[in-house]
Amino acid sequence: MKIHEYQAKELFRKYKVPTPQGGVGSTVAEIEKIAAELGLPVAVKAQIHAGGRGKGGGVKVARTTEEVTSAASAILGMTLVTKQTGPEGRLVKTLLVEKGVAIAKEMYLSLVPDRATATITIIASQDGGMDIEEVAAKTPERIIKVPVNPITGIRGYHINRVMYGLELEKELMKEFAAILRGLYSLFVDYDCSLVEINPLIITEDKRIIALDAKMDIDSNALYRHADVVAMHDPNEDDPTEAEAAKFNLNYINLGGNVGNMVNGAGLAMATMDIIKQAGAEPANFLDVGGGANAEMVENGFRIILSDSKVKGILINIFGGILRCDVLAQGVVQAAKKVQLSVPVVVRMEGTNVEEGRRILTESGLKLINATDLSDAARKVAEIVA
Amino acid sequence: MSIFVNKETRVLVQGITGKEGQFHTQQCIAYGTKVVAGVTPGKGGQKMDEVPVFNTVQEARDKTGANASMILVPPPFAADAILEAVDAGIEVIVCITEGVPVMDMLRVKNYLATKKSRLIGPNCPGIITPGECKIGIMPGAIHTPGGPVGVVSRSGTLTYEVVHQLTQVGLGQTTCVGIGGDPVNGTGFLDCLEAFNADPETKAVVMVGEIGGNAEEQAAAWIKANMNKPVVGFIAGLTAPPGRRMGHAGAIVSGGQGTATAKIAAMEQSGIAVCKDLGTLGRLCKEVFS
Repeated sequence: MKIHEYQAKELFRKYKVPTPQGGVGSTVAEIEKIAAELGLPVAVKAQIHAGGRGKGGGVKVARTTEEVTSAASAILGMTLVTKQTGPEGRLVKTLLVEKGVAIAKEMYLSLVPDRATATITIIASQDGGMDIEEVAAKTPERIIKVPVNPITGIRGYHINRVMYGLELEKELMKEFAAILRGLYSLFVDYDCSLVEINPLIITEDKRIIALDAKMDIDSNALYRHADVVAMHDPNEDDPTEAEAAKFNLNYINLGGNVGNMVNGAGLAMATMDIIKQAGAEPANFLDVGGGANAEMVENGFRIILSDSKVKGILINIFGGILRCDVLAQGVVQAAKKVQLSVPVVVRMEGTNVEEGRRILTESGLKLINATDLSDAARKVAEIVA
Repeated sequence: MSIFVNKETRVLVQGITGKEGQFHTQQCIAYGTKVVAGVTPGKGGQKMDEVPVFNTVQEARDKTGANASMILVPPPFAADAILEAVDAGIEVIVCITEGVPVMDMLRVKNYLATKKSRLIGPNCPGIITPGECKIGIMPGAIHTPGGPVGVVSRSGTLTYEVVHQLTQVGLGQTTCVGIGGDPVNGTGFLDCLEAFNADPETKAVVMVGEIGGNAEEQAAAWIKANMNKPVVGFIAGLTAPPGRRMGHAGAIVSGGQGTATAKIAAMEQSGIAVCKDLGTLGRLCKEVFS
């Protein structure tokens, strides 16, 4: 789960990681008031989860009260499009206003879990303020990576490797070490999958400050972080995906015209792929899970059909412990309830498959039976062609 | 022959008295698995069907000689359950639980590195040596005993699909391992490939991967250098959008890393026959393996 910059910075301060003085507002008047209290100049920053806000016009520096007003008016309510939001962009409802600081140097610092080595990796670079993936691609020698074993935790030598790698001035080392220790503790305490500061700046008066803050928290660990759950911003949710999540369905919109409903994430991905190979475009990823029942199938149908682009649906179920006949009944019940407006191809395999197919055939519904996966993909692709 | 588990394997179930625990224990017993004990703290002395329940894994192991464990406990307790099994000296630990926090698994994985126990999972269907031992939630009936094919996969139902197709074309399985869909897991592709390579009954391997991480690339490099048996591969997620988690916690393309295209290329370069159309995987195996 991602949180906003201002929320991440609240957590940073809890761990004694310095951030610029600032405040959050959602009206122009609030922004003007905060700016007046802070003193000019200020930075006005759109609070959306996507990166690339500056390039999209969502971050502005204001040197006069007039500039504060015009920046706040321009950004509040705008649909901010960045390379991470997609073309539909994101509506800006909240702004963070921060006191301007004189920057001497911009660095990059992040922590991520490394799945291959099962460590927490610290990534740092002297080339802050730019796209770190670009730095990594063009000048990999400018990137420092220090793995930390979570059992030993962060030690002095890890910090030294980062600081000497960054060619940090001696007088800044004590402060930097405290910041890195703080971030490591934050990362572990909050089950982060990412903590990123870009840029981490050295000011002209030799202070180190997190000018930006990005945090992503492992959604599997949210049960132990009620404070993070309270930070959830529904404005950032895709409405259909949020609706699906209410019913424990895992739905992701993909923009095509073949809706599909599958049990199991791997099989669901493979089903999307095979739809594409048959010459059609998958409309979604929808995993109804291993324990799918009639109610889940019904909700799945409703969610797929709420996408007006969908011209055909492919149901691909591999019945294991969950028997095909039970599922077929679920499909029939659900189909009758939601009044299907598009053709549905059903591919079913596994336990009690004959009984399942019989139930579908005898239901009187216009369900198209497929013999195998390739056949199913072909049939649904023909329908939408 | 088989890898990791066989008809001698003595299984205990952690979380045996829960709804899932009871159901899947019964399914495993019905398949023929030797389930010798269950563990639920506070319910020691009871029985689940005929299976004696103990308060701790250590006690269960001492009294029944269990050497493998199936874990079906809720995610907040999964890491503890794994560590308890490790400390009790259980040899093969199969954690079915989905939703274990990554931070827990980072610690578990590093602790495991110092021990002899093998962890399979979490977030996996389990492991089955058809006709001998099923430790997991997969439907036993789709499998065919006797080999010659070993199966290793990051997915659940996708593995069932693959096994079903193998069975349909007349190819039995030695052992099928679901290594799980989480970013940090125990046994990986490499461990399974090494074991299959050393197993005389396994004549060929099917490897099923998906987007995210670089385990498939590493496995492909190992296969090129060491594998003396044919391998058919499949990768799910060619059409998955970058930056989105596709159901499995580990199935995500991030920063351009972990794409299906890159994995397929690495596998093909290593001489693996990569199946592009899942509907034809069984037939492809029949061709490649005969």
